[in-house]
Amino acid sequence: MMASSYSAKEEDGHHPGASGAGGAAANGRKPDNTAFKQQRLPAWQPILTAGTVLPAFFAIGLIFIPIGIGLYVTSNNIKEFEIDYTGTDTSSPCFSCYQNFSWNSTLPCKCSLPFSLDQPFESNVFMYYGLSNFYQNHRRYVKSRDDSHLNGNLYSLTHPSKECEPYAHRDNVPVAPCGAIANSMFNDTMELFFVHPNETRSQIPLKRKGIAWWTDKHVKFRNPGGNGDNLTAAFQGTTYPVNWHKPVYELDADPENNGFINEDFIVWMRTAALPTFRKLYRIIEKKSSMTPTLPSGNYTLEVTYNYPVHSFDGRKRMILSTISWMGGKNPFLGIAYITVGSVCFFLGVVLLLIHHKYGNRSSSPDIAS
Amino acid sequence: MVLCHFKISPERTEAREKIPLHSKHCWSNCIVTSKYNIITFLPVNLFEQFQEVANTYFLFLLILQLIPQISSLSWFTTIVPLVLVLSITAVKDATDDYFRHKSDNQVNNRQSQVLLNGILQNEKWMNVRVGDIIKLENNQFVAADLLLLSSTEPHGLCYIETAELDGETNMKVRQSLSVTSELGDPDKLAQFDGEVVCEPPNNKLDRFSGTLYWRDCKYPLSNQNMLLRGCVLRNTESCYGLVIFAGPDTKLMQNSGCTKFKRTSIDRLMNTLVLWIFGFLVCMGVILAIGNAVWERKAGSLFQNFLPWDPSVNNFLFSAFLSFWSYVIILNTVVPISLYVSVEVIRLGHSYFINWDRKMYCSHSNTAAEVRTTTLNEELGQVEYIFSDKTGTLTQNIMSFNKCSINGHAYAVCGDDTLMKGTSKAEPLDFSSWNPLADGGLCFYDGSLLEAVKTGDLVAHEFFRLLSLCHTVMSEEKTEGALVYKAQSPDEGALVTAARNFGFVFCSRTPGTVTVHELGRPVTYTLLAILDFNNIRKRMSVIVRNPEGRIRLYCKGADTVLFDRLHPCNHELMNITTNHLNEYASDGLRTLALAYRDLTEDEWEEWAELYRGAGRTVDFREDRLAAAYEEIEQDMMLLGATAIEDKLQEGVPETIAILSLANIKIWVLTGDKQETAVNIGYSCKMLTDDMTEIFIINGHTVQGVREELSEKPKNPTSPTSLLESISGEFALVISGHSLAHALEADMEYEFVETVSVCKAVICCRVTPLQKALVIELIKRHKKAVTLAIGDGANDVSMIKTAHIGVGISGQEGIQAVLASDYSFAQFRFLQRLLLVHGRWSYLRMCRFLCYFFYKNFAFTMVHFWFGFFCGFSAQTVYDQYFITLYNIVYTSLPVLAMGIFDQDVPEQRSLEYPKLYEPGQLNLLFNKREFFICITQGIYTSVVLFFVPYSVLSHATQSNGIALADYQTFAVTTATALVIVVSVQIALDTGYWTAINHFFVWGSLGSYFTILFVLHSDILFSLFPQQFNFLGDAQNTLKQPVVWLTIALATVICIAPVLAFRFLKVELKPQLSDTVHTLLFHQKKRKPGGLSLGRLGRSGSHRSGYAFAHQEGFGELITSGKNMRLSSLALATFASRHSASWIDTLRKKKHGNIQNTPILY
Repeated sequence: MMASSYSAKEEDGHHPGASGAGGAAANGRKPDNTAFKQQRLPAWQPILTAGTVLPAFFAIGLIFIPIGIGLYVTSNNIKEFEIDYTGTDTSSPCFSCYQNFSWNSTLPCKCSLPFSLDQPFESNVFMYYGLSNFYQNHRRYVKSRDDSHLNGNLYSLTHPSKECEPYAHRDNVPVAPCGAIANSMFNDTMELFFVHPNETRSQIPLKRKGIAWWTDKHVKFRNPGGNGDNLTAAFQGTTYPVNWHKPVYELDADPENNGFINEDFIVWMRTAALPTFRKLYRIIEKKSSMTPTLPSGNYTLEVTYNYPVHSFDGRKRMILSTISWMGGKNPFLGIAYITVGSVCFFLGVVLLLIHHKYGNRSSSPDIAS
Repeated sequence: MVLCHFKISPERTEAREKIPLHSKHCWSNCIVTSKYNIITFLPVNLFEQFQEVANTYFLFLLILQLIPQISSLSWFTTIVPLVLVLSITAVKDATDDYFRHKSDNQVNNRQSQVLLNGILQNEKWMNVRVGDIIKLENNQFVAADLLLLSSTEPHGLCYIETAELDGETNMKVRQSLSVTSELGDPDKLAQFDGEVVCEPPNNKLDRFSGTLYWRDCKYPLSNQNMLLRGCVLRNTESCYGLVIFAGPDTKLMQNSGCTKFKRTSIDRLMNTLVLWIFGFLVCMGVILAIGNAVWERKAGSLFQNFLPWDPSVNNFLFSAFLSFWSYVIILNTVVPISLYVSVEVIRLGHSYFINWDRKMYCSHSNTAAEVRTTTLNEELGQVEYIFSDKTGTLTQNIMSFNKCSINGHAYAVCGDDTLMKGTSKAEPLDFSSWNPLADGGLCFYDGSLLEAVKTGDLVAHEFFRLLSLCHTVMSEEKTEGALVYKAQSPDEGALVTAARNFGFVFCSRTPGTVTVHELGRPVTYTLLAILDFNNIRKRMSVIVRNPEGRIRLYCKGADTVLFDRLHPCNHELMNITTNHLNEYASDGLRTLALAYRDLTEDEWEEWAELYRGAGRTVDFREDRLAAAYEEIEQDMMLLGATAIEDKLQEGVPETIAILSLANIKIWVLTGDKQETAVNIGYSCKMLTDDMTEIFIINGHTVQGVREELSEKPKNPTSPTSLLESISGEFALVISGHSLAHALEADMEYEFVETVSVCKAVICCRVTPLQKALVIELIKRHKKAVTLAIGDGANDVSMIKTAHIGVGISGQEGIQAVLASDYSFAQFRFLQRLLLVHGRWSYLRMCRFLCYFFYKNFAFTMVHFWFGFFCGFSAQTVYDQYFITLYNIVYTSLPVLAMGIFDQDVPEQRSLEYPKLYEPGQLNLLFNKREFFICITQGIYTSVVLFFVPYSVLSHATQSNGIALADYQTFAVTTATALVIVVSVQIALDTGYWTAINHFFVWGSLGSYFTILFVLHSDILFSLFPQQFNFLGDAQNTLKQPVVWLTIALATVICIAPVLAFRFLKVELKPQLSDTVHTLLFHQKKRKPGGLSLGRLGRSGSHRSGYAFAHQEGFGELITSGKNMRLSSLALATFASRHSASWIDTLRKKKHGNIQNTPILY
């Protein structure tokens, strides 16, 4: 960019002044006759003509509408049940827990919510907890973790990353797991009971494993010192987060699901993208092909209300849902596909009309140059 | 004025001590053009680079990112591109500087002979000091600015060539002071102890003032005594000079300031837009910061159980303030650093295409087109005004003897070899077979003339005899039989050469004789008188006595002048000849009529007395001589007429026609006279007889010019408000002295008003400065892109002033080329440069910019929407690596490929339909409106890209029941959708899919997925768990059908409206390029519009008369023999240069004229 009009070279008799072949270094070389240099590379030159654009619109319409219908039908076949157990309403059984509970409470607050399913849930049923108004995607929240630490790195275990502050140390003892995410781990426990017509209750078995990504469970999260038996020893010299009631190595009795590889913990650590989110809590597996997993009828949800959401106007939900090939209930996708497909088809028709009415111009152009 | 003052004493060391130092005066002759050395390179280069606003801005962002509370992105997202850009620039600068070092060293280490302690010693140039006396030998470069002390030539004369300095290839003469010219040998010089007081170093090449004090006398010094660095000593065995200015003080170095950096209008627009975008960015930042304040207060403060405030950020206002900066960091990708780099890369690519273009390669001079400024290409597609020099640019400055009429018989069909090639198979005559002295250069196709000469047609003999005698040409026989003519004007050279080819070979002359080989027989004529040419007489004559003793006057001149002085008996012949002359003139040829008169001895004696008397008078000598000439040039017998073609460069009329069709206004600015300029205007079809009127402004006074200018609107055909529609009908010819008045502030507006209705404007007799002023005027008033094209040193100012300067290489010198932005060998390449390369460059640059802003808005604005859902916490939507790589890997190459290779219509079409050039002139493809459309599209895309995944994923789960709405899945989905959408968009924008485009588009997509999987792999995680925590995300996300359905949906929603919009645009409002494109698509073979640009004759006479580039005064020099000795030496060395032999006489004769601005041709 900086150009100086003088270069000592120019002074240096290189230029055949009189015959004046110019001052170019590139002089005297006939450019190569290659397609590249002459800008004659073979090329495909697509242009927007009625012959290409209109079929494209019709094709999009014709592809999207059936897909949309398929998605919509699939989504409608999925059974989903949602219950808000926050307890904001005075009539709610959890109202007292909602009112009184805070992190500091030592005594668990329990409440049970009755609900009924009108239709049986046939296949595997997935049980979610949902939180609203919870900003797991806040920048400071998202980064407040130490993946090295969670991966079982012994050094990181006792030297948590600065990102974890202010949840890195408690009374100068390193916290495991450190950080705001871990500290705020969802710790309500939920149990589901089927209320038989004869008022007896039978607990529905909930599977607590298989709710996290395989890669998370097996690669990303690891207990310090390998997934050995003696987790207590492995976490020696650390303390549990301030909001927790028990150390990380007591999350579950099953050694395969304890410590950092506890799946509830892993699920929580996979932060949500949006302030209203749901996370998989338990799986209700289909027992036999004869009976539905959850037959229609009355149920009770027993909640150990540990997680305070009152302070930030949060909401807590429990969701039961079946699953199809495309996941859970998702009416938006189907509707969106049908809408977009129809609009494209309609646009195609409009463009076709316009093309017929005005389009002939282009075939007899006035190329008066 | 501070004067430099120093003494010269025999002792070198002593001299230096005694000399009172001028504070800034430099003693060493060492020059340094390099900027860095090894130690200073890094700091200096970085300092320079950070003076670029963009670089500083990114450095500022980088610093912001190092503050943990603000850092919303990891530092490497900014540092990677910044370091990349800085290091590329640094490498380029280092290479440039290395070569500068090399050339500095080479120049500084040249040897010169310095007189030290009375002995000549070899010294390196850099060791030469002010006050040294150095010896120069023939063909050596002058080492510093020297005061010429003495030379081996008589009278202390020496000759220099200043091509490196001002581009003029003719030799100039310098003379030492008479007192110092005796100091011929080292011994005497060693005793020289003068004292010089002179002006301080400056850059005026043609001026020097100083005084030499020596032996108690004062001698004024002028430029005539100076040898400037950069000149070459010619035709002089050796000379001695005293170093006055050395090294950086020399006029050459003083002239080498930084050239004005030219910027294109797109550049300026881009800078404005970037500022707007910064404003936009700040607005976004403010909105989000306010959002942050509100959120922190309403929600964040309540959320503190889960996410306590940073201890240092303990209130929502401070948090908002920090969030503002965090968002500035995140959103800065709307103007990525890669924009400027990409623009430069694209321009460089286009420059290479111009360099490589074989259709702009001139095989004749073996010169390819060269781009000297690589940053202007797209402006070539927006040119509205072309300012062209005439000589050497439009014309070849070669005169060819084209036609003649002898005794009422017209000869020669056509002498234009370019046309002959196409139209007939006629072979040029072979003269050498019967005339060994013939010059091979002439192409004459009419054999009958040669027959006439061979068969002894006496009139034909007389005709050629006249041509071989009546001229002021000097001849030189270098080797036996190889005659070289030195003519002061190319016209004369052409005539004498023609005579030579037809067997009348002018061989040599002495002051009193002329020797001619007439059909192989040497004949010596006694030259009695030369009746020299001048502008009023418009003719010249010679009076010779042939060996038989007969005295005859030969005259050649403008027909109008000559025909008045013919003998009445020539009436009939005169009519026939007039017809021929009209015919010639209508072809744009320069015509001359030839006549002779026999004189008796008495007549001669009587007139000779008168002539001598007139010559002796002091007062009114010129007038009395003219009267004497008038006396004898009477009752002449007409011989015939000649027609000389001022050969246009190949393809000039066609090029001008095509450029005019492309709505480009062409002005010719020439130092030539009006007649010549108008003549050329006709012959290159700038002026036509179809024009309603050609205004000629030739007033000498302010009032006169004003009247002439104001007359124009009174023209009945044109109302006072002159409309564009009638602009094609007028042309304007204005001369330099009128232009000087017209350019004055008060008349400027009127002048612009008048010229803007004229289709063609010719300015004749203009000085180099005026050329620049005219361009400045148009730049100021018309806001149009101007292009100046020229070949000589006199065009340098206009080349530098215009937006784009084009130099014609391979002609006069290199000065114009050095000052130019583009150079090529032929004027006709201009149409290719503008209509093909310029148009493409503009189109590509516009498409590139549109897409570039689009893709970055689409990319960045997603963060803005996400801000509303993440508590305005400046959380990014994407993975940090994606943000780093998006602009430099995932999306850079396809758009670069488009920016470099795209073509909308093939090159032939853009020449066939010059109207295709118009969008560039009207600035239609990229302007503020287009920019808004682009960013609107970008913002629309970002909305779709955020809200479609938002709506779909917020409730979606994987097919194994795990919720999909986690942050990492959302990031990958959005990023993938973005990459696919912008790839589809570039696919739509690319009009010309070469293999490279395919490779880049598919390669970018491929690289995106490859890099995605690599970054999310186990291996990287296990090595750096903190940095690569997106482990497994790619595979978990991308195997979900819902994710792909989301991406497909987003893509269609983004692209379909664009597709519909573009289709409608082509259908309802097709641009010419669309139409041409469609035509090609349908393979309809249509003949291009009739561009029949053959040599159409023109009615009416615009005969140029004696339109020679001729100066008077040479006849006298020949008869006095003053230039004989010099010429023999000069010609031996400088055969190909004209006017070399005239230096001496010119110098003496024109000394008084030096103060006037010389008219350069």
